Amino acid sequence: MSNQSILQVQDATKSFGGIMAVNRVSLDVHAGEILGIIGPNGSGKTTLINCVTGFIRMTSGTVLFRGRNITGKPAHKIADMGITRTFQIMRPYYSLPSYKNLVIPLFSPRAKRTGGWRGGGKLGDRNTVGIDILEEIGFERDSFVPYKIASTLPTGYLKRLELARCLALKPEIIFCDEVFSGLSMSEIASMIPLIERLQMDGITLIMIEHRLRELFRVANRVMVLNFGEKVVEGSPEEVMADDKVKEVYFGSEEVEEVMSHA
Amino acid sequence: MDILIYGTINSIALALMALGFALVYGISRVPNFAHGALYVISGFVTWTFLRALHVHYLLSILLAMIIIGAVGALIYQFILIRVRGMAISEIIASYAIGLAILEALRWGGFKGMTYTLPVFVEGSVTISGIPVDFHRLLVVGIGVAVVAFLWLFTHYTRIGLALRGMAQDERAALMLGIDSDLMAVVAMALGSMLAGLSAVLLLPLGNIVVEAGYNVLILAIAVCIVGGLGSWMGAVLAAFLIGFAQILTVKYLGSHYQMVVALLAIIFTLILRPSGLFGQQKELEERV
Amino acid sequence: MSLRELSYLTLPRLVLIVGILILPLVMPSMYWQRVISIVCIYSLLALSFDFLAHFVGLVSLGGAFFIGTGGYLAAILNTSFGLPPVLTIPISTLLGAVICTVLLLPCLPLRGVYFAIVTLMYPLVLTRIIEALNVLGGTDGIMGVASFANRWIEQYFVLVMVLVSMFGLRRLVNLDIGLVFRAVKDNDQAVKASGMNITYYKAIAVFIASALGCLGGACLVHIYMWSGISQFALDFSILPIAATVIGGAGTLVGPVLGCFILVPISELLRAFGTLRIVFYCLILVGFIVFRSEGIMVYGQRKYHQFERWVEI
Repeated sequence: MSNQSILQVQDATKSFGGIMAVNRVSLDVHAGEILGIIGPNGSGKTTLINCVTGFIRMTSGTVLFRGRNITGKPAHKIADMGITRTFQIMRPYYSLPSYKNLVIPLFSPRAKRTGGWRGGGKLGDRNTVGIDILEEIGFERDSFVPYKIASTLPTGYLKRLELARCLALKPEIIFCDEVFSGLSMSEIASMIPLIERLQMDGITLIMIEHRLRELFRVANRVMVLNFGEKVVEGSPEEVMADDKVKEVYFGSEEVEEVMSHA
Repeated sequence: MDILIYGTINSIALALMALGFALVYGISRVPNFAHGALYVISGFVTWTFLRALHVHYLLSILLAMIIIGAVGALIYQFILIRVRGMAISEIIASYAIGLAILEALRWGGFKGMTYTLPVFVEGSVTISGIPVDFHRLLVVGIGVAVVAFLWLFTHYTRIGLALRGMAQDERAALMLGIDSDLMAVVAMALGSMLAGLSAVLLLPLGNIVVEAGYNVLILAIAVCIVGGLGSWMGAVLAAFLIGFAQILTVKYLGSHYQMVVALLAIIFTLILRPSGLFGQQKELEERV
Repeated sequence: MSLRELSYLTLPRLVLIVGILILPLVMPSMYWQRVISIVCIYSLLALSFDFLAHFVGLVSLGGAFFIGTGGYLAAILNTSFGLPPVLTIPISTLLGAVICTVLLLPCLPLRGVYFAIVTLMYPLVLTRIIEALNVLGGTDGIMGVASFANRWIEQYFVLVMVLVSMFGLRRLVNLDIGLVFRAVKDNDQAVKASGMNITYYKAIAVFIASALGCLGGACLVHIYMWSGISQFALDFSILPIAATVIGGAGTLVGPVLGCFILVPISELLRAFGTLRIVFYCLILVGFIVFRSEGIMVYGQRKYHQFERWVEI
C-alpha cells in the first residue's frame, strides 16, 4: 500500500431539486488501501458512489482517476477503466445460473483486453473461468451452488456474487456498497479474509458500511459523512475517538437535556 | 396574425387530445393505447344518441361522456388491473384493446364520410380580418376551462390530491390510506372522459372516421413525449409547441406534412432531451 | 446417453423439421401453398417479436415497420435498379435492418415504454406520409416486381429461412452474447456496471430482429409481385404478438406454432374483413388476462414430465 493517490474527488456536489444529497465532499484515495465511508442513513454515501462511478450526473465537482479527469463520463466507460462497484440492493441476473452471471462481465471489452481475472475473455472459456472465480469467492466448487439459478441463492452468496461480478473485470478499484449488511457473524467472518486477500492482490477498496466493528478491522482509513458533508477523516482509532463522530451517531448533549426534562 | 389564431386553436385542440393520455400515464404508469379508440367511440355514441335516438344534443353529450368514462373504468377494472406491474403485458393488453375497438368500429359499418356531428353554434366571427368559426372559439374557451378545472381539481379536492399523490409515489400514497386501485380506475375514467370531451368538441369540425382514432393516438403520444411522460403542464406546453409547428408547416410547406411534424418532434425529443420538457423522469439519464 | 434419452431430444425436432418441409407437398391447392408462404413470413415476424420481447426486454408493437421497410426496399431495388430477386432479398434484408436500427436508435437508451411507443408509431406515421406526399407509389404502390424463378423455390426458400431462423435464434440466446441480451432485460444497471454499453447491445438485438422482419418483407413483395402501404398494415403488427402469446412466449418455437394456427384461421375469416383483427385482439387479451402460458410452454412442461417418467 503506497501513499500514491489513485482516485481524487474534489468538491463533489449533488442536489436533487434543492436537497443537497452530497455537499462539497472531497476525498483522496491511496492506491491499494481500504477506505471506509460511514455515516447514518441518508448521509449521501450511496449517492456519492453513484456520482463517482457515473450512474448519476454530479451537479458540480471533479473526479480524477490516476490524474485523468473522468468527470461526467458514462457509467460503462468508468467501469471499463477499472472502477467497479457493487449494488446495495442486489439484483443478480435472476433467470441465469450463478456461473453464467459471470459470463456477462467476462464478455465485456475490459475483460477481453485484460484477460479477465485469472485469465478469461478471449483466451479462456468463459464458463470455466466463471466457475474459477466463484470458487475463489467462496462458492464450493464441488457442490451444486455455482449451478443454481441465481434467484434461489441466499443473501450471503448473492453478496459474494456481486463481488465476483466486479472481480471478473480485473478491477483496480471496487466500491463496496454495504457488503456486510444482512450477513450473519460467521458469514462476515469468512468474508473478511476475502477482502484482505483482494487488498493483497493490489485492488483498492472503498467500503460503505454500517457494521463498524468489522469495518474497523480491515480499513486503513475511515471517512465520516453526515447530511452529505464530510465530518472527519482519519484512521479508525482517530475516528472512534473523535467527538464530532460521536455527535453524528449519538446526538449532542443539548438534545439529551431536553429529553430528560420532558 | 392568422398563424397566431390558427396556432392557438390547433394547440388547444392538441392539448385536449393529449391530456387524457397524460393523466392516465401520470397516475398509473400504464400507457393507454386505447386512447384513440375511446375518442372515436365517444363520437359514435354521441351520434347514435343524437341522430338515431333523437336525444337532445347536450344530453347526448353528457350521456356519451358518462358512458365513455364507464367504458374506460371497465377496461381498467377487468383487464388492465390484472396485468398491472408487468410492463410487457400491460403494453400489449392496452394496445390490443385499442385495436380491437377501432377495428370493430371499422367493421361494424361505420365507414366513410356520412357520419357527422353538428357544430354547437353556427356562424363565424372576424378577428383582425381572419374569419373564425364560433365553434372553434368555443373549443378554445372550453379547452382553457378544462385545463383550469383540472388544475383546481388536482390541487383542491380530496380525490384530485389523492391522484397527484399516486402520481408522485404510489407506495407512499398506499401508506397514507389511498386506495391505489380505486384511484387508478378513477384516473382511467377521467382520462376516458377527457378523450370523450375532446371528441365531442373536435369531431364537429370534420367527419367521424376510424382513422381519426389513430391520428389522435399519434398526436396525443407525441405531445406527451415532448412534454414529458407524466407531466400534465408539460403536455399543455408541448401542445402549444407542436400546434404552432404544425400550423407553420401547413402555411409554408403544405398540409400533408402535419404528421411528419409529430414524428420529427418525437425523434428530436428522444435524441436531445429524452425526459421531455417537464419530465418527472429527469433521472432518466441519471437513474440508479 | 441412452437411446431413449437421445430420442426424446431429437424426435420432436425431427418431427418439426420434417413436418414443415413436407407441408407444401401435401397441400390440396396452390391457394393453400401460398397460405403456407404467408404463414412463414408471419413466423419470421413472430420470431423477431418473441426474441425482442422475452430475451431483450423490448416490446415491438410495429412488426409492420420491418415488413414495410424490407418490402419497399426490395421493390425499389427490383423495379428501379433491375436487380433480380436473388440479389434484392439479401440486400434489402441487410440494408433494411440498418435503416430500421438507425431509425429506432433514439429510443434504445431509454426505458422499454419508449421503444413500444416508437415502434407503434412508425408504421402509422409512415403510412400517412406515403399517402400524403405520394412518394414511393403512393396509395397504389409499386407494381411489377419480379417473382421468384420457380414456384418451388418460392415455397421452400421462406420455409427454410424460418427453420434456420428458429434454430439459429434458439442457439443464439444460449451463446455468450445471447446471455448479455438476457442480462440487459433482467438488470441493465448491472450490465452498465460491468463496463458494457447497453445501447450497443440493444442495437445489435434490434438489428437481428429487424433483419428477420425485412427478410419477410422482401419475400412477401416477390411473392405478391407488388409493394404498397398495406404492408404497413396492422395485421403485421398484431398477428405476430397474438401468435407469440398463444403459441407460448419465450420458447421461440411457440410463435411459429401460433402462426401456423392463426394465419389459416385468418384466411378462413377473410370474408369478415377487419373483424379478423378484432378476433386476434380479443384472444390476445384473453390469454394475457388469464395468464395462460401458451401452447408451447404447456407442451414443453408436459413433455419434460413424461421424459422424466419412471416406472415404479
